[in-house]
Amino acid sequence: MIQTISQQKISDASGSQPVVSVTGLTKRFGERLVVDNISFAIQRGQCVGFLGPNGAGKTTCINMLLGLVQKSAGEIRIFDLEAPRNHREIKARIGVVPQADSLDPDLSVEENLRTYAGYFQIPRRLARQRIEELLHFFALHNRRDEIIEHLSGGQRRRLLLARALLNEPELLILDEPTIGLDPQARHLIWERLAILQAQGTTMLLTSHYLDEVSRLSQQVLILDHGQVVLQGEPRQLITDMVGLEVFEVDGTAAELDALAVSFRQCNATQERVGDKLYVYAREDCSRLVKVLGNAGSWVRRPANLEDLFIQLTGRSLRET
Amino acid sequence: MNGFSFWTIWLRNARVWKKNILATLIGNLGQPLLFLLAMGYGLGRDMAPVAGLTYLQYIAPGLVASAVMYSAALETTYGSYTRLTVQKTYEAILMTPLGVVDLVLGEIVWGASKGMLAGVIMLLALPLFGVMPSPWVVALLPMLFLSGMFFSAFGLIMTALAKNYDFFNYFTSLVITPLFLFSGIFFPVQSMAPPVRGVLEMLPLTPIVSLARILCYGRFGEPVLMKIIGSLLATGCAVWLAGYLLRRRLIQ
Repeated sequence: MIQTISQQKISDASGSQPVVSVTGLTKRFGERLVVDNISFAIQRGQCVGFLGPNGAGKTTCINMLLGLVQKSAGEIRIFDLEAPRNHREIKARIGVVPQADSLDPDLSVEENLRTYAGYFQIPRRLARQRIEELLHFFALHNRRDEIIEHLSGGQRRRLLLARALLNEPELLILDEPTIGLDPQARHLIWERLAILQAQGTTMLLTSHYLDEVSRLSQQVLILDHGQVVLQGEPRQLITDMVGLEVFEVDGTAAELDALAVSFRQCNATQERVGDKLYVYAREDCSRLVKVLGNAGSWVRRPANLEDLFIQLTGRSLRET
Repeated sequence: MNGFSFWTIWLRNARVWKKNILATLIGNLGQPLLFLLAMGYGLGRDMAPVAGLTYLQYIAPGLVASAVMYSAALETTYGSYTRLTVQKTYEAILMTPLGVVDLVLGEIVWGASKGMLAGVIMLLALPLFGVMPSPWVVALLPMLFLSGMFFSAFGLIMTALAKNYDFFNYFTSLVITPLFLFSGIFFPVQSMAPPVRGVLEMLPLTPIVSLARILCYGRFGEPVLMKIIGSLLATGCAVWLAGYLLRRRLIQ
């Protein structure tokens, strides 16, 4: 509901079609239903975060947008063109940062970019100019002649991003863009993505780092077992579904039982995981802080996307 | 976009190849040159002429054709399989406006170009062994390219079916090596008993070996047209099948 209203507003304001619009998208691999009747839209200038446990269908969904996986049913329109029929034209206007490193290991940083610009048939002089800009934008200009094998994980990711931007895409698809990177490298990438967002680039992001998604996305789409479980604005969803803040308390079973009783005086939901009590407060529960004095150790923090994610998809491990 | 966008994939491969030029040339040319030396110069000195040629002259054009086959087939098996799996080059390419058809044409034309280069270098080396090709040899070049297309496509078919690198052992042991030995490079197919001859003449390298010999010495004894048409048809089918199988593997 929230989703529909805010979308309406945006499309009225800009008077334009959504960049991506997907209806009833379904994919079966044999008997297995991997994507089950998914619908969503991405408005121009928006960043939509795809969340979901392993095997939820995120990557399959992206691969269907790109025509790398054939859809079993449903409709995909990108830039108001029907996919996969118009794939050549659509892909000319999309940039993709894939989950797995697909750089050419034998080529240098600059040669990688020149080769990729060739696939887009970007005229040589224009390509050279863009490569120069992108090398500077991603702080890679000192490494231009380096062979890919000699680059760090962060440099490779930045190069993948630079490569995805060569064709000045209207839609940027980021599949786990900072996976396996150290905090410095992640922050540098976030900073660059924020600049691109400010310039109006539309983005589709998947990530397991929920702080990354909260930071970048204006809309999230939570997938599980191939279905959209929830979609909307992250802050609103957290407040609606989880609450305002969370108390995490460690203690013995007896202590936690006593606390659980006290917290019933406040509008909150509770969860016990091992010797830990989680209290998701829907109102200001400050008055109960004094009873926490008796407990071993506790923290009080704002509710976040991770709480929402766990609440929707459970705590059990998903291993595929 | 135009029908030649596969060319950008050819350029990518050429860019990588330039970095390892010596290793690939030695790998592709070592074997045919050594065979020419051992069989032609070593064994051939004591042998009676075959079809009016010294044994060295007899086997030289066929070895040129075999150099094309080895070079093209190895490029689109080990080389292409690495790009498909380890390096994920195909995945990266399919995220651009290029499609599977561009990919298949780019890889096959690239393999054929490498094959043709190996063949040309072999031809240039023949005078060192005292073999002087006739001017007709120029007409052999497109045939060598065609044969390169066929064996590149054949290799790419294997790549589309391969589960690991070991799979290519079947291809080299059961396809490429028998073709090398039984396509009329080392002995005249025409002198075999009719059923055997029939089988050997159907092998894809046999017409190219005969054409190579005919054009290398400008001695037109046998019909040429059927060999060319047969090779064209076989190449067309192989390219189509490579495209079909690679699409099935890449687009789920």
